[in-house]
Amino acid sequence: MKNIDAYTHLRGESIYLDDIPLIQGTLFGAAFGSPIAHGAISELDTSEAAALPGVVRIFTYKDIPGENQIGGIVPDEPLLADHEVHFCGMPVAFVVADSVEAARTAVKKIKVTIDPFHVITDPREAQALGELIVPARTFQLGNTTEGWQQCTHIFEGRADTNGQEHLYIETQGAYAVPQEHNAIKIYSSTQGPTAVQRAACRVLGLPMHLVEVEVNRLGGGFGGKEDQANTWAALCALAAHHLKRPVKYSLHRMEDMAMTGKRHPYSADFKIGLNDALKIIAYEVTFYQNAGAAADLSPAVLERTLFHCTNSYFIPNVKATAYSCRTHLPPNTAFRGFGGPQGMFMIEAAITKAAETLGVEASTIQEKNLLQTGDEFPYGQKAQSEAPECWHKARAIYDLTAMRNKVESFNAANKWHKKGLACMPVCFGISFTKTLMNQARSLVHVYTDGSVGITTGAVEMGQGVNTKILQVAAQVFSIQPDKIKIHTTNTFKIANTSPSAASATADLNGKATLLACTAIANRLKKMVAEELNINAETITLKDEYVWVNGERTDRDWQSLVMAGHIKRIGLSEHAHYATPEIHFDATKEKGHPFAYHVYGTALVEVTVDCIRGTYTIDTVKVVHDFGTSMNTAVDLGQIEGGIVQGIGWMTMEEVVYDEKGKLRSNALSTYKVPDIYSVPKEIAVDFLQTPNDNLAVFKSKAVGEPPLMYGIGAYFALRNAVRAFNKNGQFPFSAPMTPEKVLMALYQIPTEGAVQTHEETIKYLAVDK
Amino acid sequence: MIKFILNNKNIETSAPPGMTLLDFVRYHQHLTGTKVGCNEGDCGACTMLIGELKNNELQYSSLTSCLTPLGNVHGKHVVTIEGLNMEGLNPIQQAMYDESATQCGFCTPGFVVSLAGFCLSNKTATAQNAVAHIDGNICRCTGYKSIERAAGKVAQLMQTRHQEEPATFVAEQKILPHWFATIKQKLYALQTELNGQLHTTPATEWVGGGTDVYVQKHDVMQSADIRFLLHDERLKGITQKDNRCIIGASATVTELSESPVLQHYFPRLAEHIKLVSSTPIRNIATVGGNLINASPIGDLTIFLLALDATLVFSNGEQTHELPLRQLYKGYKTLDKQPEEHLESISFELPGVNTYFNFEKVSKRTNLDIASVNTAICLTMQGDIIQHVRISAGGVAPVPKLLDKTNAFLKGKLVTDPTIAEAIAIAQTEISPISDARGTDEYKRLLLSQLIKAHFITVAENAIRYLL
Repeated sequence: MKNIDAYTHLRGESIYLDDIPLIQGTLFGAAFGSPIAHGAISELDTSEAAALPGVVRIFTYKDIPGENQIGGIVPDEPLLADHEVHFCGMPVAFVVADSVEAARTAVKKIKVTIDPFHVITDPREAQALGELIVPARTFQLGNTTEGWQQCTHIFEGRADTNGQEHLYIETQGAYAVPQEHNAIKIYSSTQGPTAVQRAACRVLGLPMHLVEVEVNRLGGGFGGKEDQANTWAALCALAAHHLKRPVKYSLHRMEDMAMTGKRHPYSADFKIGLNDALKIIAYEVTFYQNAGAAADLSPAVLERTLFHCTNSYFIPNVKATAYSCRTHLPPNTAFRGFGGPQGMFMIEAAITKAAETLGVEASTIQEKNLLQTGDEFPYGQKAQSEAPECWHKARAIYDLTAMRNKVESFNAANKWHKKGLACMPVCFGISFTKTLMNQARSLVHVYTDGSVGITTGAVEMGQGVNTKILQVAAQVFSIQPDKIKIHTTNTFKIANTSPSAASATADLNGKATLLACTAIANRLKKMVAEELNINAETITLKDEYVWVNGERTDRDWQSLVMAGHIKRIGLSEHAHYATPEIHFDATKEKGHPFAYHVYGTALVEVTVDCIRGTYTIDTVKVVHDFGTSMNTAVDLGQIEGGIVQGIGWMTMEEVVYDEKGKLRSNALSTYKVPDIYSVPKEIAVDFLQTPNDNLAVFKSKAVGEPPLMYGIGAYFALRNAVRAFNKNGQFPFSAPMTPEKVLMALYQIPTEGAVQTHEETIKYLAVDK
Repeated sequence: MIKFILNNKNIETSAPPGMTLLDFVRYHQHLTGTKVGCNEGDCGACTMLIGELKNNELQYSSLTSCLTPLGNVHGKHVVTIEGLNMEGLNPIQQAMYDESATQCGFCTPGFVVSLAGFCLSNKTATAQNAVAHIDGNICRCTGYKSIERAAGKVAQLMQTRHQEEPATFVAEQKILPHWFATIKQKLYALQTELNGQLHTTPATEWVGGGTDVYVQKHDVMQSADIRFLLHDERLKGITQKDNRCIIGASATVTELSESPVLQHYFPRLAEHIKLVSSTPIRNIATVGGNLINASPIGDLTIFLLALDATLVFSNGEQTHELPLRQLYKGYKTLDKQPEEHLESISFELPGVNTYFNFEKVSKRTNLDIASVNTAICLTMQGDIIQHVRISAGGVAPVPKLLDKTNAFLKGKLVTDPTIAEAIAIAQTEISPISDARGTDEYKRLLLSQLIKAHFITVAENAIRYLL
């Protein structure tokens, strides 16, 4: 089944935030962001701006009737700066005018005087100064101190990954409309309608039942609208509340890029030990997460880094420590993978360092250490592992040996072009790691004409969640998809939702829908059973008819429903689902946090132009564990899109801030995401249908985030290609591998000095090794 | 009063000519299928098609409506996604539907419009050409593979077209709405009615395609007094006069790449031009604009510097000539009077022993601004360099001719040590800075490598042509 929105998407008829027809009297907002990353505001002068034609009012923190606070996990983020600013682009004032142009013109006339303070952009500096968002966390398994004794080979190193701009093509935005009784309705481009509702309530001092948040769909989210849609919604709500007029703010791309956080950059120190047989015996890693100026979702992201710090491998002795470091960048936030990719990059770097030094293929080490069913993760959960299955199938069907031979002969024959190959296994846990968030509700109405309306907490942003939810209902009722409509996500219809995130949205909301539909279907079956005086278990719904004992009756779906209504059977159901089995004790850092894991293996091949430092991604060949895919079209799209987004993160996407914390890559002209010519020439996806029971909806495993991490293979493939040219080069594990880094590595000359500097850095930071 | 045809409807508006087409269509006509993505021509979500009569033919090209002033579509046919809709999905939309080539859907109308632009073009019906038409469209969800597959199917739709005008063919074949067959007639009628160009008042801004000025000062353009140059016939055309090529200042990059003269003298022109922005931008970006915006990294500037182009400026009464190499006085500073405007560019076409090459490296190979770009125009006499001009962008406040390097190379035999020495000299002539496109150290290394690449490529191609 195709994505149910495809028809209107292709005709340009889908409605996004900026397409909502305007209510008369609508005003337009624009935020004034701090020009300085860190400092004290000594004067804010809005007089010139306020006097401009069309300007209605300029709001500052003084106008906030409730609390000037939007921090979700930690209350450390004011909506509007009061006395200090903490990052470039931090909203200081909010202009409301009668046109978009007037609002933007006025923003440029606002003057602020800020006494600058020291700006931190480096997480290691922040950690050294004790600037932590939350206390450090450590996951441990076995005992690394003892583990080192059993190791023949021990390697240490450092690895760094940069951030990543979400670059949803639809920018952030909100549209707040005042309602009677002091209530307010907010249309928001958010993955977390409840988060928007909470933020607006807090700022306005209103109870949640007065704030309605509605989401039709997003033009992309990728995590960027999980928490960071709150600001714009709260600003519009604030203005609408005061002015009693509708207020809309759809961000300009440059505002969006400058004011919102991105994927967290990480720096890490690792130490890995192997025995003679190349079994990894011990692994220690210290993560420095660049959280930016406020907590946002950083503590949760940090946690997932720890959960995935051993990727697809079983390591008996692990000690992983993570610091969430407060810097003066925009608060970094959720991004597909949610800290997992950073954790995986570091272990892959450690394995690669070992392989390079030992002169073996990284894949040899990878293969020997794959998780087996029953192996324990550092957080205590036992693996139901498909990792060997994925790996060996990929090796076999794509003929890894032949691929490697081809690469080697190509490299022997070509002076100015070199190929590189890398294997990237992935293991990703499904569930919100915060157990309480693993709950969802679905409201299903069957109308008397047989049509069905469904509302859940899921937000459709292209991932196809509504298509899957519709499939659930269509299957339970056994009716045609066109009889079912998935309605907008709305906090007045479904309350207390978890954001659409963690790849778990289809599972949670799909299962809630399954419960709701099943309840209605059972009531109708019971009614028929009583009428016919037969056992309800003999009744099935199939192809829009009632069947008894496998025989089709004359009663079709519509007459069944009408009969139910006449008999006063409830045709609506509001069902609640909470993922069973999961738990996690953060005091011990042990538990069973994930409903299940998703596995896969990718083989990535690249070609580097050794004169220019440019490259192409030739092929990405994947065996992916889908469980039992309920929608191969949607799932294939998630895999292909995830791979390319992951490759983007590892290659051309480079978030650049200057030392004063100002974003240099602040537009699409300076921040590049993959275009049609830069994507892999070939992406092959093998659907590994794994028969084991799992907690996914219809056993169709979550697919949103895991494929992004296949992209990490592109980094290591590029590294291998570079090393085929510059055999003695020593270059850092530092992603992304931009053409700049490739060229510098191709022509890097090994020096003692570079290595020494690195060691000095580690000593200076007094990192516990 | 600006008049044009929007899809199948005649528009007459007194909206300011400097307003962007995108704003007009979305917020005044309330056609919201076209999306706002980046406001700088880098995402393609706002792609529209423009149809116009050229030599009695109805020709369509795509453009980024976020950078296009209304004044530039006066008298034209503007097509948005709404204008492509038929009963059910049209075959282009159906191909994308079948391949699941849409996820969040925000970029999707742009892709559909660009693919319609392919169908309305005269390009050969190959998958490669179909993909080339979506090179300016960014999708963040799909990873493009499904879109590639759809583009392949769209190419197949066009394979039965032979001599017919594309607009007629797509209407007959029900690929696009039937009324596309009537547009030619409507444009004739509109042109007769207009009887000439947009009325020009004293102008403070001169705008070609708008691809730079609408990025730099979007907000002031809406109310500015503008003289529109893009369709000014006096500034158009690419012609050969004796051994010189003369390019009108308003010639677009697409016109450059499609010019028979240039294709003849620069056999690898298509390869070079593919590195310059994207199809919808090339369709409106002018050669003159690339020179006058004085970017230290303009691709065509680097091209034309190596060709030692000469510029003709006019103040409305008199004209005067200036070699391009003398135009740039400092960062974004030109040696020209405010009242002077560029009319044409000319250069000597390469002879049999002259080789040209263009190199550009950016973070993303296509649709990106260079970290460093460079061109070479090399004339050989046997094994000896008779004359050479190497230009380089991104390594100084202005686009540069590497004068010392060029002087050194003159009369030399091409050997590895000579090239190495030339590169060392080039390093003394440049002063790159660190920015979002790379560190100074990188730009220095990159230029050295690209100079090597020039000689390797020239040698490879010289052999290829001999064979």
